Amino acid sequence: MLELVGLGRHFGGLNVIKGLDLTVAEGEILGIIGPNGAGKSTLFNLIGGNLAPNSGRIVYAGRDITRMTSWHRCRVGIGRTFQIPRPFHQMTVYENVLVAAVHGSGNTVARAKGRAQAVLEQTGLWHRQDMPAGRLSLLDLKRLELAKALALTPKLLLLDELAGGLTDAECNGLLDIVRKVHSGGTTVVWIEHVIRALRRIAGRFVVLYGGNIFASGTPDEVLADARVKEVYLGAEGNAGDSGQ
Amino acid sequence: MTGVRNVTFQFDKRLLVLIGRGVLVLLAAMLVAAPWIFDLADLQVITELLCLLVLAVMWNLLAGYADIVTIGQHGFVGIGCYAFYAFAVFTDVGPYAAILLAGLTTLVFALPAMIVVFRLRAAYLAVGTWVLAEVMMLGAGKIDAFGAGLGISLPVSVVREFGGNIAERFTTIYWMALILAVTAMAATYFLMRSATGIGLTAMRDNEEAAGAVGVNLFRARVICFLWAAPFLGLAGALITLQKLRIAPAASFSIIDWTVYIIFIVVIGGVGSFEGPVIGTFVFFLIREYLQSWGVWHFIVLGGVSIAMVLIEPRGIWGLLRRVVPGDLIPVSHRPPRGS
Ligand SMILES: Nc1ncnc2c1ncn2[C@@H]1O[C@H](COP(=O)(O)OP(=O)(O)OP(=O)(O)O)[C@@H](O)[C@H]1O
Ligand SMILES: [Mg+2]
Repeated sequence: MLELVGLGRHFGGLNVIKGLDLTVAEGEILGIIGPNGAGKSTLFNLIGGNLAPNSGRIVYAGRDITRMTSWHRCRVGIGRTFQIPRPFHQMTVYENVLVAAVHGSGNTVARAKGRAQAVLEQTGLWHRQDMPAGRLSLLDLKRLELAKALALTPKLLLLDELAGGLTDAECNGLLDIVRKVHSGGTTVVWIEHVIRALRRIAGRFVVLYGGNIFASGTPDEVLADARVKEVYLGAEGNAGDSGQ
Repeated sequence: MTGVRNVTFQFDKRLLVLIGRGVLVLLAAMLVAAPWIFDLADLQVITELLCLLVLAVMWNLLAGYADIVTIGQHGFVGIGCYAFYAFAVFTDVGPYAAILLAGLTTLVFALPAMIVVFRLRAAYLAVGTWVLAEVMMLGAGKIDAFGAGLGISLPVSVVREFGGNIAERFTTIYWMALILAVTAMAATYFLMRSATGIGLTAMRDNEEAAGAVGVNLFRARVICFLWAAPFLGLAGALITLQKLRIAPAASFSIIDWTVYIIFIVVIGGVGSFEGPVIGTFVFFLIREYLQSWGVWHFIVLGGVSIAMVLIEPRGIWGLLRRVVPGDLIPVSHRPPRGS
C-alpha cells in the first residue's frame, strides 16, 4: 500500500530521516514508536506531503507521490492527524469536518453534509457540532483531528499521538473508533508514546531511532528486544513503565 | 453554569444578532433612499465610501482568507482608471461599456501579475506586489495619450453622458457605486458559501491543516486573486468618474487605495465578512470629524489600527463577536435539518 524508499530529510545540518526504507501492507495497523525527537512526526509530514524529502521516493498504491501536494494526497486516500491538534478554531466543529468532507472528495457542500454528520456521530462529537472548535477540550480536539481525517474517507490513516495526554477510558474510546475504521478496510499507521494502548491495536511495531528503522516485528517481539529497551532507557529514562 | 442561566443568557445574546442585522438593514435602506434624503455633497461622500468598501472587501478576501497580504492593490485600481479612460475616450463602445471593460482589462492584467505574486510568500509577496503596482504607475505615466506624468481630464462629452447637470450626474454615479458595492458583497458572499469558500475559511484559521484535509491552497489563492481584480478595476472606473481625471499619482495612489484600505480592514476586522463594512464606516467617521487636523488624521488612523491589532487582532468585529453569538451576515454552514 505504501512504500518509502531511501527517504531522507534534514533541517540544516540536522539529519532527521536518513535513507529510510519502510513498507506498509494493505490492511495492517502499524505502530511506530521511538524516543522524542526521533523524527516520527517528520516522517508523517513527508508521507502527508507537508514536507518535501531531500532524497528518496514515496510510492503509494503503486504510484510515485513524492512530488504530490498534500491536498492531492488527500484525494488519493491519505488522511492524517497532527500531533498538536490543528482545529479551524473560529469555525464550528461541524464546519471543521465539513471542510474535509467537501475537499477530500471534491463533493459539493450539499452532498458532503451527510458525510460530515456521519463522521461526527462516529467520533462522538455530534453534540458539539455548534461549538467553535477553539473552545474544545483536549479530548474533543483529538476527536476532531480524527474526525477531520475520517471525513476524507481515507484508505491510509496516519495518526500522530492521538492518545497522548488522555486518560485510559478516553483512550479506549478512541481505540474502538479506530478499530471500526480499520475493520472497514482502512490501513492505519499510528505513532504513539502510550505503548500500552498501541500494543492492543497494532499488528506490527517499528521503532524509529537514529533516523532509521531500528527494530521491527510483532509488538511483543519489539518490546522484548534488549536493544529497544536500551534506546528507550537511554533516551527517556524508563521504558518499562510505558511498556506495561 | 446552570441550565437556566444559560438559557436566559442565550436569549439575550441572540437578540444582539437581530439588533445587528436590523442596523445593517437600516443602513441598506438608507443607501437605497440616499439620493432623496442627502444633498449632493453627502451623496458624493457616500459614493466614495461605497468604492472604498468594495476595495476593502477585496483586500480582506485576499489578505484575510487567502493569505495574499498585498500592498499593491492600488495597481489594479489604477489600471481600472486608465482602462476606463481609454475605452471611454479612444473607442466608441459607450461610457457604460467602458466601465465594464475597465473591470475586464484589470482581470487581463491580473493574469501575468500572478507569475510574480504566486512565486513569493509573506514579506516578499508584500514587497513584490508593491513594486509591481509602482511599475504599473510609472508605465502609465510614460504614455502621452494619457497625459504622461501630469494626467488628463475626462472630455466633457464623456462626462455629459452620465447626466446633463451635476445633480443628475452624481446621482447616476451614486447608483453605479451602490450596484457595484452590492454586487461585490453578494458575489463574495456566495463565493464564501461555496465549496471554495469553506476551504478559504479553513485557510484563514490554519493553512497547513486546510491543505491536509484536501483544500487546494494554490487553486483557492488563484481564484481569490482573479476574483478581486475586476472589482478593483470597476471601482477604479467609478473613482475616475468622480474625480473626472486620471493621473499616475492619484489613480495609482498607494495611500488612498491600499494604505487606507488596510486601516479599514484591520480596524473593522480582518477575516470576517462584517469587518470591512464596520471598518469603512469607522474610517469615514474618523476622516469626516478629524479632517481639519490635516496629516494628523492619518496618524490617528494608523495609531488606531496598531492599537486594534494589539487589543484584538480580529478588529472591532472581533471585539463585538465576544458578546454577539453569531455572524450578522451568516456565511457559516449548519447541519442538515431534522437530524
Ligand atoms: N520544521 C522543522 N524545522 C527544523 N527542525 C525540525 C522541524 N521539524 C522537526 N524538526 C526537528 O527534527 C527532529 C525530529 O522532530 P519530530 O517532531 O519528527 O520528532 P518526533 O519523533 O515526532 O518527536 P516527539 O515524540 O517528541 O513528537 C527534532 O529535533 C526537531 O526539532
Ligand atoms: Mg512527534
